[in-house]
Amino acid sequence: MNTEYAIRIRNLVKKFGDFTAVDNISFDVRRGEIFGFLGANGAGKTTAMRILCGLSRPTSGSGTVAGFDICREQEKIKKNIGYMSQKFSLYPDLTVRENIRLFGGIYGLKDRTIREKTEKMLEMLGIRDAGDRFAAELPLGWKQKLSFCIALIHSPQIIFLDEPTGGVDPETRRRFWESIYDTAGNGTTVFVTTHYMDEAEYCDRVSIMVDGRIDAMDSPAGLKKKFSAGNMDEVFRTVAGRAVREE
Amino acid sequence: MKAIEISGISKNYGQVAALREISLDVDSGEIFGLIGPDGAGKTTLFRIMTTLMLADAGSGKICGMDIVSDYSRIRKIIGYMPGRFSLYQDLSVRENLEYFATLFGTTVEKNYGTIREIYSQIEPFRDRKAGKLSGGMKQKLALCCALVHKPSVLFLDEPTTGVDAVSRSEFWKMLERIRKSGVTVFVSTPYMDEASLCDRLAMIRGGEIIGTGTPEQIISAYPYRLLSVEGDRIYPLLKRLRETEGVISCFSFGASLHLAYDPEKTEASGILAAIRESGLGDCKVREISPGIEDCFMQLARK
Amino acid sequence: MKEFWASVKKEFLHIFRDRRTILIVMIMPVIQIILFGFAVSTEVNNARVAVCGDMSDPQIRRAVERMDENRYIEITEMISVPGEIDGLFRRNEADAAVCFSRDFGSRIPDGRASVRIIGDGSDPNTARMITSYISGVLQDAAADMEISISGERQASMTPVVQLMYNPAMKSSYNFVPGVMGLILMLICSMMTAVSIVREKETGTLELLLVSPVRPLWVILSKLIPYLLLSAFNFTTILLLAHYVMEVPVNGSLALLSLAAALFVIASLAIGLLVSVISSSQRTAMLICGMGLTMPTMIFSGIIFPCESMPLVLQWFSDIIPAKWFIILVKKIMIQGDGFGPVMKEMGILAGMAALLLAASIKSFRTRLQ
Repeated sequence: MNTEYAIRIRNLVKKFGDFTAVDNISFDVRRGEIFGFLGANGAGKTTAMRILCGLSRPTSGSGTVAGFDICREQEKIKKNIGYMSQKFSLYPDLTVRENIRLFGGIYGLKDRTIREKTEKMLEMLGIRDAGDRFAAELPLGWKQKLSFCIALIHSPQIIFLDEPTGGVDPETRRRFWESIYDTAGNGTTVFVTTHYMDEAEYCDRVSIMVDGRIDAMDSPAGLKKKFSAGNMDEVFRTVAGRAVREE
Repeated sequence: MKAIEISGISKNYGQVAALREISLDVDSGEIFGLIGPDGAGKTTLFRIMTTLMLADAGSGKICGMDIVSDYSRIRKIIGYMPGRFSLYQDLSVRENLEYFATLFGTTVEKNYGTIREIYSQIEPFRDRKAGKLSGGMKQKLALCCALVHKPSVLFLDEPTTGVDAVSRSEFWKMLERIRKSGVTVFVSTPYMDEASLCDRLAMIRGGEIIGTGTPEQIISAYPYRLLSVEGDRIYPLLKRLRETEGVISCFSFGASLHLAYDPEKTEASGILAAIRESGLGDCKVREISPGIEDCFMQLARK
Repeated sequence: MKEFWASVKKEFLHIFRDRRTILIVMIMPVIQIILFGFAVSTEVNNARVAVCGDMSDPQIRRAVERMDENRYIEITEMISVPGEIDGLFRRNEADAAVCFSRDFGSRIPDGRASVRIIGDGSDPNTARMITSYISGVLQDAAADMEISISGERQASMTPVVQLMYNPAMKSSYNFVPGVMGLILMLICSMMTAVSIVREKETGTLELLLVSPVRPLWVILSKLIPYLLLSAFNFTTILLLAHYVMEVPVNGSLALLSLAAALFVIASLAIGLLVSVISSSQRTAMLICGMGLTMPTMIFSGIIFPCESMPLVLQWFSDIIPAKWFIILVKKIMIQGDGFGPVMKEMGILAGMAALLLAASIKSFRTRLQ
């Protein structure tokens, strides 16, 4: 197992009939890196991410995620990654504690570990008193933080975040990114998609998908220099504006 | 006459207060933005203004007509595009458009001029089912359906949510053109960067308006001074700066940090010194004027 | 008016573009009629009967011939001792057996002739049906015999059971009205409710409400396509019932259609009411399935007769429109009643339809909740 890279992808292709959703992409993500995965709607981000998470098989190409083969070891991948999306949320009719217990149980943690983690988590989020409230009652920002913590409950090597901050107020959004930094600082690799271009600046490296291909990949500073742009928004417009296909 | 005038609007869902004493007025022919995060009460306010829902308290007028008693007259002169894509997915582009035109007692041909510019972009797909359109095209079709009866006021509830940056800027260009044709546009968005594209805006959070005015007015009302700090190790720097005396707040904004300080308690030089002491390497520091997002964050903290 | 027809057209487009629904709507009545007609048959049909008795006895021969002539009974076996019956039932070679006593013929005059009818109790319903049917046939035969022997009809207390309107106890007489009620209920209530709630779910209802069109028109435009679909189904069921199940239409077709129209209006109104209280298509389906279909099934007489229910349930059944509709169909279609005898039921159904329609239109709001 290569210890330097959390994700290695070579010549990944996914076709649906005649339609090539992911068109021969290759990239590496280092351990502990925050990797921004950008692209316009319909560029193939979601399809690629599903393959990386072990939810779908590529048409061709190879790669490893957390050291496991994306074609043959999907179950092992699922055990070693965390996943959080804006849409995937908590069970609204369970309390915060019950939600944490449930997901701890799903990942096969011991009861004692779950109890310890629950308290630590509530403490960290500053929502200790809210532990017995139903998830549905929490403000959106809390819900997102809580799902983030739950996605990390089994200490995965890599965490996939699919538009984690959509619609959240600006301060909560930034606080959320600070916890992403903390997580990456602990050695967890972070793979994140977002529509906020200022958030792209917070990533160590960024890739931009256009029509199923990765058209640009570098550090935000490198990309800005290459496209002589003032910020990532301009970079994105330049690169994604070249798209020819519709969703 | 004001296009929209509401005062003291409150709405509760059970115990939860969705809106608290909202008052706003929108001039005819302007683009008015309602900016705030999800759950701030934007959609509720839209439903009350479009006569879809009754407020618990307060009153309102659209083009001089009362939102409660004159609801049927108001419904003739407004266009509404709800947050979700709300057209008939099993009807074709043309069928959807024609149906909505008929509902408003008009025809597509009669008002073709109003929608021509937008409709021409989706006309090649006129026989395609609405459900099979791409996100951008769906949005254009929904806009056409909301415009087909030449409304005086157009209500757009989060038209750009979940839409990528390129499509978003295209959409705002369309709004600008609609405004030029004399339609008042009331639009909500969670994206702060879209605020500068509005003539005037209101910032909403937790069911309350926390600030209103033109973008310039809001920015000039910012009570602190702001520094932009750029460095190599941004995150440790951020933590260090938050603890510095006189710093009101410090958050990352793209590649740099925005640091707000109270000029009565400290000076820029004090903060520069703190940065040097931190030993976190060379930093580029400059005084900047705040953006809408800075103002929102400051107002939201109160 | 233009808005109205545009909405009707739109509703038809929804229906015809959803192939699955249209298939279900068109085929469901056919399937149900066939299902109830052949699979869930409760009637005596080709009952296989074994006979045990001395066939040289002319009286026995006459009785057996009498049975054999009956189109619903088939004599399949002649056995010499009653002990063989057990084997026949076990091998499933007979459904019932008839054993005549020794000296049957000579004992008739003094009234001591006896005959035993043995049914296969492992299927009690069928056994009861077949045995009582055979006994009916034999009673007829016995009466004739008495006359032929004594030359005159003797006063006899033997009750003769005869089912008027349905001499063969055909279950189709029972289930056709039931299925009719069920289908019309389902199409009108469920489909209307689902189609309105779907607009709630997709958010299009919001757009309809914001438009200047009067909500009542939108609602009425939704009812029309389902009204026509119901008419189509009503016709299909009638044709199937008449030509396949051989159920007679004894009464006036116009009167029957009037009853159906009232029932359809009541059902559409119920559908509207359901759509007001449910927020998702699933809820609407559940309410219609559990709250409407089940009672209709139970009180329609398809499964058990209303009359044998506890009194409280009978009272409850009175508020179910389907019950009255089914009574009406039975009366008009099978008994051939005219307007006079069905006035009460017709009146109740009309009252229900009017009440439900008023309630549903009133409950439909011009705003979101």
